[in-house]
Amino acid sequence: MSTVPLTHILFVSTALFFIGMYGLFTRRNMITMLMSVELILNSVNINFVAFNKYLYPQKADGIFFTIFIITIAAAEAAVAIAIIINLYRTHKSIDVDDATELKW
Amino acid sequence: MNAIITSAVCGVIMMFSSVFVENKKTYRHIAAVLLLLLLAVNVADTYGIRLFHIDTKGMLLFDRFGYFFNSIAIASTLIYVVLTGRDIEKVGTYTAEYFVLIFFVLCGVTILSSYNTLLMLFLGIEILSIPLYILTGADKRNLKSNEAALKYFLMGSFSTGIMLMGITLIYGATGTFDIYVTPKETITGQPAIVYSLLESAGLILMMISIGFKVSAAPFHFWTPDVYDGSPGVFTSFMATIVKAAGFIAFIKLFDARADASGVEANAFTGVDWKMLFAILIVSTLLIGNITAVFQQSVKRMMAYSSIAQAGFMLFALFSLNDVAKEGLLLYAAAYSLASIGIFAIMVKMKDHTFEGYNGLSKTQPVLAATNTIFLLSLAGIPLTAGFFAKYYMLASVMKTSGYLWLVIVGVVFAAVSVYYYFRVIQAMYFKDGEATITEEVSKGFKVGIIVLAGLIILFGILPQSLLQWFYF
Repeated sequence: MSTVPLTHILFVSTALFFIGMYGLFTRRNMITMLMSVELILNSVNINFVAFNKYLYPQKADGIFFTIFIITIAAAEAAVAIAIIINLYRTHKSIDVDDATELKW
Repeated sequence: MNAIITSAVCGVIMMFSSVFVENKKTYRHIAAVLLLLLLAVNVADTYGIRLFHIDTKGMLLFDRFGYFFNSIAIASTLIYVVLTGRDIEKVGTYTAEYFVLIFFVLCGVTILSSYNTLLMLFLGIEILSIPLYILTGADKRNLKSNEAALKYFLMGSFSTGIMLMGITLIYGATGTFDIYVTPKETITGQPAIVYSLLESAGLILMMISIGFKVSAAPFHFWTPDVYDGSPGVFTSFMATIVKAAGFIAFIKLFDARADASGVEANAFTGVDWKMLFAILIVSTLLIGNITAVFQQSVKRMMAYSSIAQAGFMLFALFSLNDVAKEGLLLYAAAYSLASIGIFAIMVKMKDHTFEGYNGLSKTQPVLAATNTIFLLSLAGIPLTAGFFAKYYMLASVMKTSGYLWLVIVGVVFAAVSVYYYFRVIQAMYFKDGEATITEEVSKGFKVGIIVLAGLIILFGILPQSLLQWFYF
């Protein structure tokens, strides 16, 4: 059985990371930006699992870390959605460009 | 360990008190009592009285440095709650919850001062950040507050993503999350040194991410907006205790790395860490100080001033020796206390622009006098705590040969900072105007702020009185 080399998986995770970063900087819809953040976090998860499996299979350190990341990401998403809903109530829009009370 | 668990439990107690206690004014008293308890528990821990015996498997490492910083952070929070508790009540309807979130932030702070693995670093930073996103948006009807929360969240989670990427790369290179790293053999049989490029890249990503948290330029751009937009009382908390905690996390990580495999010895991968930090310091000082000069609002000026002060604290990261660690603790205390004082007075003012302070010395002589002491301390004038803090920072750099120019840059920018701090003093004493405060300040507030100013002068004359705790 031929296995997928580590570099292939790292390529996928790096690509996901930069797709997420691109999305965060170009999209103006807050929900899409939140999804981009999740993409970044998930690319990190892939990285952890891949490193754990290919390089250090003696201990499951990396896999434990992904569980923490998933948990924290859920907590972050909850807070983010609350902030977005609150902003929607005051601005009637979830476009970042409409939130211009403060200058960048 | 005492402080971590107690602060979380205090948060829960506070949460339940919002159910059982009707009177809004009681909350800040409960919070103050719980903070006193937390401080007592942490001091007890310093002297070896452990309330909880938990095997952390080496994930947390408790040392004198961490305990001492915990004490500073908790004491600063206590002073902060005593001075501005009344203003926290005015932010919104959920008074008790604000105190709850402050306790949870403190839990994050105590983890950050004692982490020993990158996992705990990540958890600490998140426990610290998530309550802060909520506190930033606490003023729910205020558009600015909402926007600030959104910007803080986006920048915060982005920097978390970068930090996690850094952690994976370090994990890939070394196979462990331990900050005192001992590289492991990989199963492919290659020595771990092959991956040192991966590790350097990871460390640079960590540096960028914590740079975001402590608002070091060029990662500072969220700071003025968030500090300006969030309610004044919470800006005070964010700009002082939280920022200092970020620096403690920063120095623990890089100190451990310098000991172990080698921030210093990593020359063959071509990363000159000293130079990297020097660039970070110079750009932070430049942007913070120069932009602060042009501000019209004291709140925004304080935001840029916090960037400039972060530049000074970065000197400790640059030199990474014993003087630097001591100096960072002193700097954290001096900067936190002075900023808390300035913000405490600022939230009482009706008008947050420089003009709003015109003639404050006539209407409120006590506030004007103490505010002057705080501003002098931030500017680093002798006889205030800020002077010795800056002195320690620059002295630590002097021990590293070949970087005298960095000391000179530091001194020049300290001189620039005098300009904008003295603008407030000038407005208070030498300009005519009717500086109005929103409500009559209570006698307790005046006593508190005089005590705070006294502390700053005490640390300015006898910095050893603070630091000898460190050695005892």
